[in-house]
Amino acid sequence: MIKVDNLKKSFGNHEVLKDINLSIQPQEVVVVIGPSGSGKSTFLRCINQLETITDGHVFIEGIDVADKKTDINKVRTEVGMVFQHFHLFPHMTVLENIMLAPLKVRKAGAELSKEKGMQLLKKVGLEEKANVYPNSLSGGQKQRVAIARALAMEPKIMLFDEPTSALDPEMVGEVLEVMKQLAREGMTMVVVTHEMGFAREVGDRVIFMDSGYIVEENEPKQLFENPQHDRTKAFLSKIL
Amino acid sequence: MDFRFDIIIEYAPFLLKGTLLTVGLSLAGIVIGTVLGLFIGLGNMMRNRLLALPFKWYITFFRGTPLLVQILLIHFAVVPFFINGTNAIAAAIIALSLNAAAYIAEIFRAGIQSIDKGQMEAARSLGMTHVQAMRYVILPQAFKRMIPPLGNEFIVLIKDSSLASIVVAPELMYWVRNIQGQYFRVWEPYLTAAVIYLILTLTLSFILNRLERRLATE
Repeated sequence: MIKVDNLKKSFGNHEVLKDINLSIQPQEVVVVIGPSGSGKSTFLRCINQLETITDGHVFIEGIDVADKKTDINKVRTEVGMVFQHFHLFPHMTVLENIMLAPLKVRKAGAELSKEKGMQLLKKVGLEEKANVYPNSLSGGQKQRVAIARALAMEPKIMLFDEPTSALDPEMVGEVLEVMKQLAREGMTMVVVTHEMGFAREVGDRVIFMDSGYIVEENEPKQLFENPQHDRTKAFLSKIL
Repeated sequence: MDFRFDIIIEYAPFLLKGTLLTVGLSLAGIVIGTVLGLFIGLGNMMRNRLLALPFKWYITFFRGTPLLVQILLIHFAVVPFFINGTNAIAAAIIALSLNAAAYIAEIFRAGIQSIDKGQMEAARSLGMTHVQAMRYVILPQAFKRMIPPLGNEFIVLIKDSSLASIVVAPELMYWVRNIQGQYFRVWEPYLTAAVIYLILTLTLSFILNRLERRLATE
């Protein structure tokens, strides 16, 4: 479903991603871990081209996202993204946030978009917040709305960029719960996170990145209990 | 000191006419300046440095030279270059609009650039085009932040329209200076002018305050 070949990304002279190769199957939940500055977020942002690729290829369902002939907007409708800092649109109500893309990009029509929006709000447990502005929500609620907004486009892949890192500890659970449900429903997910419990419980595969490389990848149980590389061991010993 | 209200009453019809022209010049400047300012502001923000250069020069020139010089230049040199003779009102409108556009362009740029980059990324990640993201996500938020500085600029514009009297556009200051010329009085005409300008600018700030409050999302 996602195939990454020799992906390289530099910011000026600073090479952030050095040579990334990876293949992700449909319905797979891939969790990316690693120290800060290891390139995890950049890697995620290269998948939907929020960062332009310096070298190599990313294919989504066989489509080369960096190809000039590719309509990247069309690709992005299939790839939802959830950000660390939510990035809800503050001038719109919660429901309007969710309806915007279906209305303007999918041209789904007001009634259908609204119905879909309410359905999604119910799914993330925030039906009663439909008509309030994001400012009045807690961090956890904001992130659940952000997830609903991404789901409104009915994407085939969801990218999560440290979705719980900006949350107060007591709100992490409600967001992870929504993500777990999504995983159970068979969504293909790539999750950058520091939540090792989530990685262990939900991940089909865990990828450990360090200084621009994928150092090690394995099933969660294997990787956490029996890491092969020294750098993986050093990282895990610091956080577990 | 005696204050001769009779002079003001005698001149009232002319002062009214002058005030209307002052409002007209200001409104024209606001409307044309805003449209032009948006265009120049977007031009100034283009990634292509070469294409953005003329817009930068425009802003540098009109912000860096006195409005009085611009009015004289346009009235006595630019307008006669294109048409036979000149027209004080047209020259004043052109000068005020071009001048305001330079400042408004910067207000637009600051407004747009003040919106968190994440807003654009979130919009684009949902599959919106750059134009859609601007139209539905960035500009509505930027516009709200632009109201206070735009209000400032509009107030400056009302006050600066008085400079049009130098090229004998018959606006408020023109008639006020006539009073001084005819009666050799200074307090009555200039205090009257001050009060009328104050009424105009206060009215405008009141309207803008209302608008700002209506757009609040809390």
